[in-house]
Amino acid sequence: MSPDTSLVTRSHEENWQPVLELAVEEVFEIMLACRVRPVSATEHPPSRDFTAMVGLAGALAGIITVCCSTITASCLAKAMLGAAAESEGEVADALGEICNMVSGNFKNKLSGTDDRCMLSIPTVVSGGQYNVHSMANGDCMSTVVLFEDAPVTVTLQLNN
Amino acid sequence: MDKIRALIVDDSSVMRKIVERSLRQAGIELEKVVEASNGAEALVALRDNPVDLILCDINMPVMDGLEFVRQSSTVENAKGVPIVMITTEGSESHVVQALTAGARGYIRKPFTPEQVKEHVLPVLGKKP
Repeated sequence: MSPDTSLVTRSHEENWQPVLELAVEEVFEIMLACRVRPVSATEHPPSRDFTAMVGLAGALAGIITVCCSTITASCLAKAMLGAAAESEGEVADALGEICNMVSGNFKNKLSGTDDRCMLSIPTVVSGGQYNVHSMANGDCMSTVVLFEDAPVTVTLQLNN
Repeated sequence: MDKIRALIVDDSSVMRKIVERSLRQAGIELEKVVEASNGAEALVALRDNPVDLILCDINMPVMDGLEFVRQSSTVENAKGVPIVMITTEGSESHVVQALTAGARGYIRKPFTPEQVKEHVLPVLGKKP
């Protein structure tokens, strides 16, 4: 059986950047009551104290990451919960859920993904000294939004 | 409306809190909230805790939400209890699988309290 490459082909032919941006904007507006718009990544370089990751597997494979500073992660958790997070674990949980919802929302906006693309449960890494090395070797796109004036960087890396 | 007992199944404790808050914002008075972080835990929790409503995620470790819905029909305390899925998995095939397995409603994340109200009240026999 030949591999299903139609979604990979579409990722080359279609511009999914606006889809990713809309997926992020909707999650922030609905779950965090915050309207956000993409800003310049050059002017707002990513802070990587926290990185949440959700894997995509199947016909569309790769990874979606959400990264931000410790303070911003705490603010995001507070906005979601309506109260300050009780622990660093709860902050990580909140950021993981944001990544999960962005990933699902992005996938749901692409027609024809259905059962052909599955999401992993989120993983969150925290701490100052690490790099994220994705084995995804295809297209990469990212969007940066400001939450309480601090950058939150969402990146999609696809496998070819 | 009478107070209800709800079981909330999600691997994220943050999301369980948000779902509970959304139920309260929807005007649903909660007598008791039971929490579980996956389908297997939920099946165990149901044995000791009769509930009136189950809200369940799909993507969870150990046992996912679809398998939980299938297996819950064998648990006495779950018989006749409406199950509403709350999940990022928004594809038609997931909706069909969930409804075929026995779920009565389906809410896609991200969701508003209004959407919770719209989908949960009817399965409790109330007008949204």
